[in-house]
Amino acid sequence: MAATTLPNVLVTTDWVAQHATDAAVRVVEVDVDTTAYDQGHVPGAAGWNWTTQLCDTLVRDIVPIRKLEELLGKSGIDNKTAIVLYGDNNNWFAAWAFWQLKIYGHQDVRIMDGGRKKWLAEGRELSTDTPAFPSRTYKASGPDLSLRAFLPEVQKAVAQKSASLVDVRSPQEFTGEILAPPGLPETCQRGGHIPGAKSIPWGKNCNEDGSFKSLDELKALYGGAGVTGDKPVIAYCRIGERSSLTWFVLKYLLGFENVRNYDGSWTEWGNLVGAQVEKP
Amino acid sequence: MKPEEHSRQERELAGWPVTVETYKLDGIYHCTIANVDPGARIARADGATKEEAEQRAIEKATRYLGQTRKFPTS
Repeated sequence: MAATTLPNVLVTTDWVAQHATDAAVRVVEVDVDTTAYDQGHVPGAAGWNWTTQLCDTLVRDIVPIRKLEELLGKSGIDNKTAIVLYGDNNNWFAAWAFWQLKIYGHQDVRIMDGGRKKWLAEGRELSTDTPAFPSRTYKASGPDLSLRAFLPEVQKAVAQKSASLVDVRSPQEFTGEILAPPGLPETCQRGGHIPGAKSIPWGKNCNEDGSFKSLDELKALYGGAGVTGDKPVIAYCRIGERSSLTWFVLKYLLGFENVRNYDGSWTEWGNLVGAQVEKP
Repeated sequence: MKPEEHSRQERELAGWPVTVETYKLDGIYHCTIANVDPGARIARADGATKEEAEQRAIEKATRYLGQTRKFPTS
């Protein structure tokens, strides 16, 4: 996305190189590959592990509010800090963290456009040091559940056609040809998609360098599929991380008012006894 | 320090298109293999040379990709 059109939720790699260690800024890497941070990260960046730190490890749920407050405090973040997120796979889990931070009311959250992929390709400085941060006190609010869809709301949307359902998985997952991304464990009993859902793979949001496409391109992508923001949108994938990136695009780049991320996603719907599945 | 010898290429493993990304940092080569679509990381490995890191990652990725089942869609 061209720098002149960046919404205030996106920052460039140049900006991060200049501001990563500013006192009011905390850069945080969140990767699908939880070992990637240790293979070199933006100097001064904290690293969060989505499998242990951004979820409830005893209940299938997002991170509990007190656990998030503790994580942010330990990361040297208070309520006024500008949090800049980035990660691998074109910011999949950076968007996942963004979504949760918005659920808990953090005001200033941004994503580094292009993520780890662009930073690496540009040959920018990397560090393998784990920085120590002065502990801060963080008070979260919420949760704002208007950003999150639960199963009953999805079932209602299907029955009443009251929302646009956007399936962001690959076309082969959408049709049910495969049950999970190639090479990853199968995590559902049935393949296919939620009845009425439109297939708009998440990767279509991004350019080859990992940055987001222009606003005009994104409008054309979703408008062409009839997703225009004139009715509620629910995005889903397999576990809710790819769809958090699409949620981010629809809510924060295109400015759609009512967009929810269904993090139960296909691991819930595709395992649900009695749930209708559509193929292809 | 800066990454050296960064490369990113597409190739096919076990019938699936993947990206192979490798760079050297502080004397160690790091290789990550991911799906082209949807981009999920399949395997990663380190090595003293680029070839060693990539070969290790390719072996792991090929094994995992070979387990992917395809189903009829109608």
